[in-house]
This record gives sequence, structure tokens and C-alpha cells, in this order.
Amino acid sequence: MQLCSLAIKLQGWHDGGFRFIIVVQKTSKPFCFRPTVDLIQDTVASMPDFHSPDSVGVVTPQTLHFGDPITLACGQTLPAYDLVVETYGELNENASNAILICHALSGHHHAAGYHSEEDRKPGWWDSCIGPGKPIDTSRFFIVSLNNLGGCNGSTGPGSINPETGKAYGPSFPVITVKDWVQSQALLADRLGIHCWAAVVGGSLGGMQALQWSLSYPDRLRHAVVIASTPRLTAQNIAFNEVARKAITSDPDFYGGRFYDFNTIPRQGLMLARMVGHITYLSDASMGEKFGRELRDQAFKFGYDAEFQVESYLRYQGERFSETFDANTYLLMTKALDYFDPAYEFDDNLAAALKQSSCEFLVLSFSTDWRFTPARSEELVNAMIAARCKVSYAEIDAPWGHDAFLIPTPRYTDIFTAYLGRVAREVGA
Amino acid sequence: MRADLEIIEQWIKPGSHVLDLGCGDGTLLDYLQREKQATGFGLEINPEHITSCMGRGVSVIEQNLDTQGLKNFEDQTFDVVLMTQALQAVRRPDVVLDEMLRLGREGIVTFPNFAYWRLRWYLVWRGRMPESETLPYKWYNTPNIHLCTFKDFEALCHRKKFRIKNRTVVDGEHQDRWFSALWPNMLGQTAIYRITRE
Repeated sequence: MQLCSLAIKLQGWHDGGFRFIIVVQKTSKPFCFRPTVDLIQDTVASMPDFHSPDSVGVVTPQTLHFGDPITLACGQTLPAYDLVVETYGELNENASNAILICHALSGHHHAAGYHSEEDRKPGWWDSCIGPGKPIDTSRFFIVSLNNLGGCNGSTGPGSINPETGKAYGPSFPVITVKDWVQSQALLADRLGIHCWAAVVGGSLGGMQALQWSLSYPDRLRHAVVIASTPRLTAQNIAFNEVARKAITSDPDFYGGRFYDFNTIPRQGLMLARMVGHITYLSDASMGEKFGRELRDQAFKFGYDAEFQVESYLRYQGERFSETFDANTYLLMTKALDYFDPAYEFDDNLAAALKQSSCEFLVLSFSTDWRFTPARSEELVNAMIAARCKVSYAEIDAPWGHDAFLIPTPRYTDIFTAYLGRVAREVGA
Repeated sequence: MRADLEIIEQWIKPGSHVLDLGCGDGTLLDYLQREKQATGFGLEINPEHITSCMGRGVSVIEQNLDTQGLKNFEDQTFDVVLMTQALQAVRRPDVVLDEMLRLGREGIVTFPNFAYWRLRWYLVWRGRMPESETLPYKWYNTPNIHLCTFKDFEALCHRKKFRIKNRTVVDGEHQDRWFSALWPNMLGQTAIYRITRE
């Protein structure tokens, strides 16, 4: 008699990649093994396959040092900084086939491939980047970096300030999307890339792609803006503020100087991630994943995590709090809040977009309630008014904001078709 | 390229800014971009068509005329607004025609002529809703919910005070035959109109 059914599900995460999880589903009530969500996470059966023909294989990040000072939107200057970068594919002779990948809030430079043969999961966008994949490494040279202010090796609040010999902490300047794009342009100079074939990003990454078209109109041919928005709504900012408040009110935060006390604001970061994570999923996808399922069979009339969704969120939060820097989280959410290219143009987005000269691909997802399709349409309409060349599609997907990380047939088809045409255009 | 598109193409000046409502796989816009240095957008709802447009470098917007309208486009921002073989499938063709001439200086429309002699014959002889190569659907599953004839269309243009700059008819192979022009409402299978408010 079959007691349990075993299903392998592909699961995407906002912060990184996809993995296969084994879900044991109860098929008859008695004698059934019911795993907790934590257990599911622990028994993750990712299937690394470095030798797969569509994988970029094992990749090694490199740290590039920039010795010239960079002046930021806030008025401060960073005298020197490092950027950690991964590249996939080969730059062609006239450097026309380069694509820049911009990461989202908690992303980093490791977008594709594996760091070692023991690595259990690939880069966060491995589903889209590789030979024969939509961002085809056999045609394009792909550059992916950890942004300034990040916590994955690029200079950020957790880095040592050479002037004091201590971590920057709260003295690290607030970085904006414009600043990131400026630093990415300097990175392009270093790599010998004058004009990107495309700048591609989802969510906060999409904002960077959009900012590229405004800051350096003649240095990119295409901007691919996925699940993004021309500016945050009051509700978006409100969620960010809850996340920030959770971090700053943690007694272990020490006003951002927690490094000096050899601790981390674990609880605050965990809460910030939990509230953030809710906004990445849709009601339907959470319902499908967890429903009202309990960890044990009955109510316990207590305040522990009883529902699977509670334990899932706690697990996500805990895991995140161990790997992410609290000051970087504050900085990234602030960069999101400040982004508003129309601000300098009397709130006229079309007027702002008149500076651009590249072509745009804008994509949204039907159940994304963080950056809804309406926000993408607002952007597209401003592009139409500004006479930009723009294509737009709303992709039907049940996963909310996270859908931009999950390869669905239509998403993959569109991406492949669009970038295939970009490849032909640049002779890649 | 389809013969009706070849006729339309002749009516579009080089360098025009064009909006194509229901642009299909982007064949016409692609041609206009390459051969006439035209710019502009296509609107489409069919996912495969949208992907094809993107693959060939035609700017395409996923937008449903019936549910979303054309309010996101500003007045008089296009030289030409096109709608080929889609007028009969929208909920309010009259409103769409108004919108076309709000957005563009002129509109080009093609639609199947329901007064074509074969369709008339089908209805008279069989007593059932006509089906043909250009109208291959049953009455209950057809997307063509507002079929009309040449005369109907011209009556609407007259009522709305649209000026008909050009009109032509083509047959099933989209060929422009001399005899169709003699009695278009009877002998023309597909109508092609170029209208303006000026």
C-alpha cells in the first residue's frame, strides 16, 4: 500500500537560484511521515550538474580594485572600492556581445554555474544563463557583479574602512541606483566594454537597467526591465520601513556598529526577511505550498510555529540572517525607496525617458503584487509617450514577484526570442 | 507578404510613425521598418505572435483593445493607425475607429466583406450562417462578432463624417481584380479602406 507520494518540485528563491525539493505528500491518513518544512529544507536534493551542456560549469569570481574616488549621489566620496565580478562566455573582438546582469535586493555576483564541484546549488539565475539558455553564454559575454554596498565581497558597510581600521558600519554612505550604474560603467571601462548589447535585471535589477538607459544612453543597445517599477508606491516603502525598523530596533544592532560587538542583529534581520519574503510570493502560491497545513496533526493552543507557513518563514528568516549583512539590507531598501527617475523632471516620467536611446523590453507577471503589472504598464506608457522603442508582455505566472526567477515556457520563449534578435544585431 | 498588406504598404509614406492594432506576427511592421524606415508599435494579445514580433525586432505591446482600450496613447501621435482583419472581432468597432483617428492622422482598415456573393449565396441556398476560407468558424465560436459589408462600413463613415481617402477590394487570394471594382459590395471579398477626419 502506498502511504506517501513523493514529488519533486522546482522551487525558486528570491535570493538565489532554484533547487529541487523533495516533498513527501500524505496520501492516506494513518502512518504517514509528515516532514516539517525545516526538514524539507534540510533534505534539499539539489542536483548539481557541472557537466550538463547547458551549464556554465564551475566559475571563479574575481575581485577588481578601483583606486580612483567615486562621488555618490548623497554627496560623499568613496576613495577606493572593490567590486566582485563573475563573467561567463567570451567577449568578442569588437566587444559588442556583452550583457550586464544587475541583481535585486539580496542578490549578488554569483548568477550562474557553481563555485566548486561540491557546491550544492548553482547561481541565482542559472535557469536563464548558460549555453543555449535565454541569456546564451555561447553567444554573449555576461558580466555579473555584487553591487557597491553589498555583502558578498564588494565594498560595503561590513568592509574595513582603511581610515579607521574598523568596519564602515553606519558610516558607509547610502548608495543609490544611479551610483550603482556609475560604478558599473567604470567596471565596463575596466573590462573594455564601451557599449553593452543589453543590460538586464529583475526587480531592483530592472531599475538599474532603466537607470542605465538614462545615465549612459549611448552605452547600451537594449535594456531588459523585468518585474520592476519606475518608482516605489507608498505601500512598497511602508514594507521597507517595517523591515528597517525590525533591524534597527534589534538590541544587537548597536546603531549599525554590531561588528565591533562581535554579534549580528539576528532577530531583526530575520523579521525583515520574513516580511519581505511575504511580498515576494502570491497568496495563491503560498496557499498551494502550505495551505493551512499544520506541522503536527492538531492545534497546540500555544504560540510556537504550528502552521507550516510559519515554520517556513522562520526558516527563511533565520537562514537569511546568518548570511546577509544588516547594514546592506538597510542600504538596499533605501536605494529602492529613493529610485524615481521622474523626480528631476517634475514627475514626468516620459520627459525623463526622452534622454534614453536604447530599445526596451519590459516584462511583468500577473500575480506580482509587489511590483504589479500596472507599474510596468505605467513605465511602458511613458516610454510610448517618449517615443522609445519598447516591447511589453505580461506573463501569466502564479508565483508573485518571485516569478521573475522561475523559468516558465512563455517567459523563456520571449527572453530567447528577444535576446536572439539582439545577438543577430550585434553579430554575436 | 499578403497582397492586402502590399496594397497598404503603398499608402504609407517613408519615415511614418505607425500603430498597428492587432499586428499579428509583425510581418507588416517589420517590412515597413526595413523598407520605409517607419517607426512605431504593434498591439497584440496572442502570445505566439508577441514572441514572433520580439524575435524580429518589432516593438510590440501586449494590450487588449476590448478591455484596456487605447487610452494610454496620446492624441495625434501617429501618422497612420492600422487595423487589418481585426475590426470585426472587437466589441465596439465604432469606438475603435474613433480612437484610431484620435491617435493618428489617418486610419487604414481591412475587413471581410459580408456581402460577398459567395457568402450571400451560402446564406440564401443553405439557410445557414456562411462559412468560407476567410471566415472558417461556426456562428457560436467565431471571434468575428461584428461582421459588416462595404455599404455598412461606408454608412458608418458617413455618419461619423470620416473622409474615405482610398478604398479597394481584393479577392480570396488578396488579388486586386479589375472586376471587383465594378461592384465591390458583391464581388469584393476583403475591403481595404483608408480614412481620415481631415
